[in-house]
Amino acid sequence: MTLAAATNENLAEISNVLIYSAMAVYTLAFFAYIAEWIFGSRSKVARTAAALTPKASAAGTAPAVTVRQGGGTAVLERPKVTVRAASGSRDVPDGPGAHGGDEQGDLYGRIAISLTVLAFALSFGGVLTRALSVERAPWGNMYEFNITFSTTAVGVYLLLLALKKNVRWLGLFLTTSVLLDLGLAVTVLYTASDQLVPALHSYWLYIHVSTAILCGAVFYVGAFTTVMYLFKDSYENKLANGGKPGSFATSFLERLPAAASLDKFAYRVNAAVFPLWTFTIIAGAIWAGDAWGRYWGWDPKETWSFITWVAYAGYLHARATAGWKGRKAAYLALLAFGCWLFNYYGVNIFVNGKHSYADVGLGVLQAAGF
Amino acid sequence: MSDTTTDNSTQTGEDQDLGAAGSQLSTAPVEDAPSPNLPALGVIGWARWFWRQLTSMRVALLLLLLLSLAAIPGSLIPQTGVDETRVADFRERHDVLAPVYDKLGLFHVYSSVWFSAIYILLFVSLIGCIVPRTWQFVGQLRGRPPGAPRRLTRLPAHTAWRTSATPEEVREAALALLKKRRFRAHTVGDAVAAEKGYLREFGNLAFHLALIVMLIAFAWGQLFKSEGNKIVVEGDGFSNTLTQYDDFKSGNLFTNDDLVPFSFDVKEFTGTYERTGPNRGTPRTYETEVTYTEGADGDEKHTVIKVNKPLKIGDAKVYLVSHGYAPVVTVRDGKGEIVYQDAVPLLPLDNNVTSNGVVKVLDGYRNPQGKKEQLGFQAFFVPTFGGSASGTMLSQFPALDYPVLALNAYHGDLKADSGIPQSVYQMDKTKMKEFKDADGQLLKKLLTPGETMKLPGGAGSITFEKDIKEWAGFQVVQEPGGGWALGGALTAIGGLAASLFVQRRRVWVRAVRGDDGVTVVEMAGLGRSESAKVPEELGDLAGVLYERAPGVADPEPDGTPQPDAAPPSEDPGASDASGTTTSTDTDSQAVPAEGAEQQ
Repeated sequence: MTLAAATNENLAEISNVLIYSAMAVYTLAFFAYIAEWIFGSRSKVARTAAALTPKASAAGTAPAVTVRQGGGTAVLERPKVTVRAASGSRDVPDGPGAHGGDEQGDLYGRIAISLTVLAFALSFGGVLTRALSVERAPWGNMYEFNITFSTTAVGVYLLLLALKKNVRWLGLFLTTSVLLDLGLAVTVLYTASDQLVPALHSYWLYIHVSTAILCGAVFYVGAFTTVMYLFKDSYENKLANGGKPGSFATSFLERLPAAASLDKFAYRVNAAVFPLWTFTIIAGAIWAGDAWGRYWGWDPKETWSFITWVAYAGYLHARATAGWKGRKAAYLALLAFGCWLFNYYGVNIFVNGKHSYADVGLGVLQAAGF
Repeated sequence: MSDTTTDNSTQTGEDQDLGAAGSQLSTAPVEDAPSPNLPALGVIGWARWFWRQLTSMRVALLLLLLLSLAAIPGSLIPQTGVDETRVADFRERHDVLAPVYDKLGLFHVYSSVWFSAIYILLFVSLIGCIVPRTWQFVGQLRGRPPGAPRRLTRLPAHTAWRTSATPEEVREAALALLKKRRFRAHTVGDAVAAEKGYLREFGNLAFHLALIVMLIAFAWGQLFKSEGNKIVVEGDGFSNTLTQYDDFKSGNLFTNDDLVPFSFDVKEFTGTYERTGPNRGTPRTYETEVTYTEGADGDEKHTVIKVNKPLKIGDAKVYLVSHGYAPVVTVRDGKGEIVYQDAVPLLPLDNNVTSNGVVKVLDGYRNPQGKKEQLGFQAFFVPTFGGSASGTMLSQFPALDYPVLALNAYHGDLKADSGIPQSVYQMDKTKMKEFKDADGQLLKKLLTPGETMKLPGGAGSITFEKDIKEWAGFQVVQEPGGGWALGGALTAIGGLAASLFVQRRRVWVRAVRGDDGVTVVEMAGLGRSESAKVPEELGDLAGVLYERAPGVADPEPDGTPQPDAAPPSEDPGASDASGTTTSTDTDSQAVPAEGAEQQ
C-alpha cells in the first residue's frame, strides 16, 4: 500500500517535471515562431494586394487562364480538370505563410514545428504519467483537464499539418495560448494527484470527457481561424475598395491564407466536429441518466453545452442563409466558441452545479448530493 | 431551418446558363428576400405570409439564437426543478427581486411560457420546413438526375478531350462506369447524367425528424414521470407503493397504478473515505448491498447499488443518492423497562456527516407518577468527534472513527396526533417541557457508544447502543420515453454526420462527334458546396474513362487556333450540343485555373 503510494507520487512528480519541460520547450518554439514571422516580414510578397488592386488584377489573373499543354500535338496522359470558382467570390490567392517565402524564416518555422512536436511529446508524457499516477483517466479536475486540453489542441494542429492542411501559420498563436493555458494550470488550477469521487467512476468518463476535450480543441482551432478570417476579410475589403491598410497589417495579413480559404477551413473544422459535440452531449445525458436519475435536468453544465450546441447549429444554418453568410456567420461562430469557453471555465468556477468536481480552492461540492 | 451546407452561389448565380442542372441538388428552401411593399392581404393572405415567415430559414435562425439566449438565465438563477433549497435561499436574500423573478417565471425557466413559446415556434417552423422537403426529396428519389446543361464549361469542374471511340461507345462506358461507382445515372440525349450522395439529404431530414422525436419523448417522459425518495436503514426494507415514500413528485398524467411493483431490503451500506491529502474526507467507495424481488412475489435476488449503477426494474430505476447514520438508542422508563429501541436515522448537515434529528417516544412511556407522557430527545451526532478540547461539535471525518451522540431531553406532548403531518427530524416543542439538570439547565449530555444518560427524578434513561447503523437514501425514478429519446439521439448523430460529410454531386458526360468527325468527350461536375472533392472525383472518373476512350492528338493549332481544339481548357465550341461553332466564350477570362484549386 505504502509502496504503491510511493510509486504513484513518483509518477506524479515525473508528470509535473514533464509538464514544466513541455512549457520550456513551447517557450522555445514560441521564440522560433516569432523569428519566423520577423524574418518573413522581410519578404515583400503582396499577392492579395496584387489580386485586388484594380490595375494589378488584370495582370494577376491573365496568365492563369490559358493553360495549354506543351506542344499542340501532345496526347494527354490524363485529361486535366479545370476548376472554376463560384461566381461572386473574390479570387485571392493564399498567402505564403508566416515565413513569407523567406528562406531563413522558413528554417525558423521548421525549427519551431520540430520544437512543437517535442513539446507535444513531453506534455503527452506528462498527461500519461499523471494518468498512471492516479490510475484513471486524467480528467478528474481542472488542472488535469487543462493539461489534456492543451495537449489535444496541439495534437489537432500537428495532425492537420501532417494531413498537409494549410495551418502552419497557426503555430505562433497556438503556442502562445497553450503557454497561457499551461501557466494557468500549473499555478492557479494545480491539484495534487488524487482519486475520483465515486460519481465519476464510470466508463462514461472516458467517453464523455475525452470527446468533450477533443471538441474543445477543434472548436478552438476553428474559432482562431475565424478571428483571422475576420481580419483578413476586412483587409481584403479595404484593398478592394481602394483603401491602403497599414504596413503592419499588410505585412502580417498578406502572409495568411485568403479570407475565403480561412472561412472555408473554419467552417469545415467546426462542421466536422459538430456531430462529435452532439455525441458528447448525448453521452453525457446517458451518463447522467445512470448517475443522477435523469438524463436531462438543466444543470448549468448541461444548459451551457446545450447553448453551445444551439449556437453552433445557428452558425451552420447562418452559413446557408442569405444575409447571414460571411462575417455575420463568423461572429456567430465566435459567440458559439465563447459559450464553449464559458461552459468550461465559467461554469466550473462561478456556477455551482452537479458538475462541480473541479477543485478550485472553493472546496468540492460533492457529487449528487453527498 | 434544416439546411446545413455552404453557399449555393454556384447554383443561383448561373441558373440561366445551367438550366435545370443545378436545380434540386438539395431541397433547401429558396431564400426569398423580404418584399418591401406588403400587399393588401386578407386573413388567409396574412396567415400564409406568417407561415412563410415562420418556416423561412432566417426566422428559424433567429429562433435558434433566441433559444440559446433564453436558456442562459436558467443556468445562473436557481431553479426549482434543480435545487429547491437554493431557490428558497435566494428568495430569502432578495425580497425585491424574487417577486419579479416569480412573475417572469425565472425560477422555472425551462417550463416557463416564454421559453416554451420559443421552442414550440421553433419546432413548428421545423415541421413546416421538413414536411415539404421530405415530399420533395421523395419526388427526387422517384425522378432522375436532370440532363446535361448546354455549356458544361460553365460548371465548377470541367474537362474535355478528343477520342477515337464513337460517341455511343463513350456514353455506354460512362454509364457503366458511373453506375459502378454507385451513381444514379441515365442517358439523356447526347449525354449521361448522374447523381450521387442522396444520403446527405436523407441524413439532413433524418436529423431534423430525430429532433422532433427527442422533443416528444422528453415531453412524454416529463408528463408520465414519477420520482420519489426514501431513506432505508440497514436491515429495513422498502416496497414500491406511494405510502412508503418520504416524498414523491410526479408528472401531470402519472397515476399510482403506473408504479412498477417491486421491493427490496437493505443489507449493508459501505462507505470509505479518503484519509489523507487535500481531498481528505471525499467518498471513495459508496455502495449498498440489497436483496430485491420483482413484482408482488418474485424470486429474491441479490445486488449492489452504486452511485453510477442504479438498480433497474422494468421502467423504474433505483438510485443511491445519499447516506447517513442511524444510531440505535434504547429508552427505559423509571422501572427499567424498555419502552423504545430503534435505529434513528439522522440527517447529515455537512460533508463530514455531522447529523441531527429527533428521538420520539410516542407510546408506552409512563412517568414516575404513572401518567402517560411522550418523550422527545434532540439528537446531534458526529461520526468523528474532535475531542472535548477541540471546542467544536462538528464532525472531523465522515467515517465512524470516534462517534459521539449529543442528546437533550424533553417530556410532554409531541402533538403527533394533531393531524398535521410532522417531520420525523424535527420536534414540536410547544407542549414539551425540558428535563432539568442539577443546575436547573436543560438536561444534555455527550454520549459515546454504550453510555447512558439518566433522566432526573427516576424518569428513566436513554442509552446510546454500541451498534450504530447506517442508512442509505434512494431515489426511485420512472421516466418513460427514455428509449425513444435515445433512439432519436442516435439517429440525430447519424443523420448529422451524413448531412455534413456526404457530398451530393452531379456528373455529366457528353460525347458528340465534332466537325472533323472526331468524338469530343466533355465531363463536368457540380456539387452543392464548392468542395475540392468534386474536381478530384471528376478527375478520377475522367482518368478511368480516358482509358476506355483514349485521346487522340489535337489538330495542329497552325496560326489560327480552332476554338474546339484545346482539350483541357475552356472550349466553348466543342461544348455546344448542336455541333455548330459558337462565338467565343467571353466569360472565360474569369476562370481561375490556379487559385480555386488550392484548398
